[in-house]
Amino acid sequence: MPIVWIPSLMQSLTGGKGTIEVEGNTVRQIVDNLEATFPGIKDRLVDGDRIRPGLAVAVDAEVSEEGLRQKVAAESEVHFVAAVSGG
Amino acid sequence: MAESEVYLGIKDYKVIGTRPVRHDGVDKVTGRAIYGADVRLPGLLQGHVVRSPHAHARIKKIDTRKALAHPGVKAVITGKDFRTAEDHTAELGEGAVNIRHLVGNVMAQDKVYYQGQPVAAVAATSVHAAREAADLITVTYRVLQPVMDVREAMDPGAPLLHDDLFTDSLGETSKKPSNVVSYFQHKSGNVEQAFKDADVVVERDYETATVHQGYIEPQNATAMWNEDGRLTVWCSTQGAFPAREQTAQVLGIPVSRVRVIPTEIGGGFGGKIRVYLEPVAALLSQKSGHPVKLVMDRADVLRSTGPTPGSYIRVKMGATKAGKITAAHAYMVYEAGGYPGGWAWAGAGCIFAPYSIPNTLIDGYDVVVNKPQTSAYRAPGASNAAFASETVVDELAEKLGLDPMAFRLKNASREGTRRADGPVYPRIGCEEVMKATMAHPHYKAPLKGANRGRGVAMGFWFNAGLTSSVTATVNPDGAVTLVEGSTDIGGTRTSIAMQLAEVLGIGAEDVKPMVADTDSIGHTDVTGGSRTTFATGYAAYLAAVDIRTQMASRAARLWEISEDDIAFEDGTFRSKSDSARSISFKELASKLDDTGGVVTGRGTISPPGVGGAFASLIVDVEVDPDTGKTDVLRCTIVQDAGKAIHPSYVEGQMQGGVAQGIGWALNEEYFYNDKGELANASFLDYRVPTCLDMPMIETIIVEVPNPGHPFGVRGVGEVPIVPPPAAMANAIYRATGSRLNILPMTPGLILASLANGNGRSHA
Repeated sequence: MPIVWIPSLMQSLTGGKGTIEVEGNTVRQIVDNLEATFPGIKDRLVDGDRIRPGLAVAVDAEVSEEGLRQKVAAESEVHFVAAVSGG
Repeated sequence: MAESEVYLGIKDYKVIGTRPVRHDGVDKVTGRAIYGADVRLPGLLQGHVVRSPHAHARIKKIDTRKALAHPGVKAVITGKDFRTAEDHTAELGEGAVNIRHLVGNVMAQDKVYYQGQPVAAVAATSVHAAREAADLITVTYRVLQPVMDVREAMDPGAPLLHDDLFTDSLGETSKKPSNVVSYFQHKSGNVEQAFKDADVVVERDYETATVHQGYIEPQNATAMWNEDGRLTVWCSTQGAFPAREQTAQVLGIPVSRVRVIPTEIGGGFGGKIRVYLEPVAALLSQKSGHPVKLVMDRADVLRSTGPTPGSYIRVKMGATKAGKITAAHAYMVYEAGGYPGGWAWAGAGCIFAPYSIPNTLIDGYDVVVNKPQTSAYRAPGASNAAFASETVVDELAEKLGLDPMAFRLKNASREGTRRADGPVYPRIGCEEVMKATMAHPHYKAPLKGANRGRGVAMGFWFNAGLTSSVTATVNPDGAVTLVEGSTDIGGTRTSIAMQLAEVLGIGAEDVKPMVADTDSIGHTDVTGGSRTTFATGYAAYLAAVDIRTQMASRAARLWEISEDDIAFEDGTFRSKSDSARSISFKELASKLDDTGGVVTGRGTISPPGVGGAFASLIVDVEVDPDTGKTDVLRCTIVQDAGKAIHPSYVEGQMQGGVAQGIGWALNEEYFYNDKGELANASFLDYRVPTCLDMPMIETIIVEVPNPGHPFGVRGVGEVPIVPPPAAMANAIYRATGSRLNILPMTPGLILASLANGNGRSHA
C-alpha cells in the first residue's frame, strides 16, 4: 500500500502520525481516502480540482506535473512539498 | 523510451563533451545580436514609469492633467487603468503567483509597499518628453511607517503591510492579519533527545542581506497593441511563455491574443521571470495606438525588480565524538518583499541536504517587508541556508578535531538517504564531489603567510524539469534547423543542438538553432531551475530520435527494402542485409524530395528524473587586519554535472556562480536608510566583483550521470553559488580567528569583529 508522508503541521489531523499507509491508485484517491479517515486534511491539500497553490505532490521523490491525476504504485511514497524551481 | 535508446554510460560520444564554437557567438561579439533596447518599430513611442519615493504609503491622489497637456505625450496610465483582479493563482512554471498581487506589483493600486513601486506611466514621442511629462505627474501620499527587517515585521505590533494577509500554515490560516505569509515545518526523528545525547553541539544565528542578481542588461519591453486586439511584446525574459501568461493575466485577455518575442537576454539569474514592464507597455500602446518601448535604468532595476531575500537563520547541530552528525535544527525566516511569495521552502530543502542526519527539525517562515517583491536568484534560498549550516558544520569539525571535508564525507548523503524535507535521494554525486575535493591538490596545498586562511563548504540545489518543446527540420544540405522555446542565457542553443547532433551523427555546426516566439513553438517553461540543457536537451533528443526514425524509413524507401533492414551508426544508414548499401545522413537529406518530402521531428517533454546537484568550494583568502579587506587568493570549485554536454559552458556556469557567491559574501547588500529608501541604487555603490577582484577560478567537473536523462545531464547553473558565502566565512575564520555570522562580510564588519575579540558581531 502507498505510504503518505504527512507534513508535520498537519499531523494534528492524523493524531500525530507522520506516515500513513493509504489505499489508492492515484493521488486523488489517496487524498480522498485520507479525508475519510482524517476529516479536514483534504482542505489543507487540495483547492478545487488541483493541489493547493504553492504545494506540489512528489511521488517516489519525483515532483509530479499531473497533480491529483498522478498514478501511485503500491510501494510508492507520497510527499506534499513546496512547488519551487529556481533561477 | 526503449532501453536501447538510452545513451547513458556511453563514453565515446562524438559531439557531447566537445567544445564547439557557440552558434550565437559571432552575432554577440560583433554587436549584431538584437537585445530588447535595440527593438525599433515604425511610430515607436518611448515610455517612462513614475515610481514611488516612499517605501510604505497610501496613494491619496494622482493628478495627471499637466502631463497629459505636455505636447509630446500620447498616453498616461495609472493603477486605475488596470483591471481590478480578484485573488487568483496562476501557475507560471516557476511557482504560483497571485494575479491581484502581480497587478499591484506592475502598477500600484491604492498603496505602495516599497520604494520604486510603479504608480503611473507615460508614453511620449521621445525619452526626454516622457521624462519631462512624468515629472509633471503629482502623486499625493499618506506616508506610513516602513518595516524593513523580518524579525521586526513578525512582531505582533509591527505595522501591517497588507491588512488582508493571513499566515498560511499549510492550509491553516491565522485568525488575525499578519506580515508572516507562511509557516511550515519539516520534522524527522527526535531532535530534542538527539541534542541531549550529542557529544558536541554548536548553535549560531545568522543574518544575510538582500542582494540583487546584478544582470548587465536592464529590464525592457516593447509592446504593440494592434487595432484587431492582438498584442505583440518584445522583451528580455527568461521565459516567453510565462511572460505571455503573466501579461495576459494582468491585462485580463486570452493568452492566444498575446505573442511574446524573446530578444537576446543579457543575464537573468532568476530575476527575469516575473513581468514588470510588459503589461505597462501594452496598456500604453493600447491607449496611444502606437508601439511603446520601456527600458529601465540601473536605479529602477535595483529599486523595483525582485532581489533575492535577505534572511535570519538560526542553526543548531549536534554530533558524536565519533564524528556522526545526529541532530540538526534550523529556524529560517526569509524576506518575501512587498508582496507574498518567498524562498524559505527552498532554503529548507537545501540546508542539511549534503548530510544524512537521523533527527532534524526545520521551521520556516516567509515574511513581507517594505522591499521589492523578491525573486529567484540562482538556487534561491540555498546560499543563505548553506552560509548558516556549512559554517556550523565547519565549527563542529573543528571541535571534534576532524578534517572539515572528511567530517562531511563521513556524514554524506547518498542514494537512499532521506533528505530532511522528506524525499529519498536517487543516484546523486554528493560523496563523489567530497572525494574529488579532498583529492584536489588545492585542498592540501601549503598556505603560508600571516592572515591567510582556507575554507571549504558544500552546497546543494534541487534543479527543475518542467516542460520543453522543440521542432527540428532537415534541410536538403543535411543541416538541421532546430527551433526551441528556451531563451538562451548560458549558451543553451549550443548545448541543446549538441544533443540533437549526437543522436543524428552530425556535427554541432550542422545544427542551426533558433529561439522562437510563443506563436512558433510549443509551450516551454522558463530558462531557470538549471533545467534547460536537461529538459530542452531531452526534448531535442526526442526530436532527433523522431528524425532518425523517419530518415531510416526514407532510406528504406530509397533502396526499396524493409525498414527493418535499416541500421544507423555514426551518421550513416546501412542495409543490414547488403553491406554495399550505405548512405550518410547528409546524402540522404539531399534525397528527401524524392522519398516523401520534408522531414520534421518534434519533441515535447515534462521529464521526471530531475537530478539534484552538489558542489563544493575550496577558497584561500588573505585578510588585511588594518583595513579589514579580504582578498581571494585561490579558488577551486568541484561540481557534479551529471554529464557535461559542453564543458566550457559548464565551467562558465561554475565560475559565474562562484563569482556571484563571493560578491554576496564580501560586498553586495541592499543598504536602506530608516525611511526604507535604498541608498546604493547604482553599480558604483552596489559593489559586484569585477575580474580585478577575482583570481582564476579553477573548475573540477565530476560526472555522476543522472539516470533520468538520456545523456546523464544534471542542471549546472545554480548550485555553484551555494557554497561560496560559507566557504569564504570559514576561510576568513582561519585567517582571523573570527567566525562571522553576517553577510556581507565587509571590511567594516571584519574590523568590528576583530575589535570585539570573539569575532562575533551579533551573538
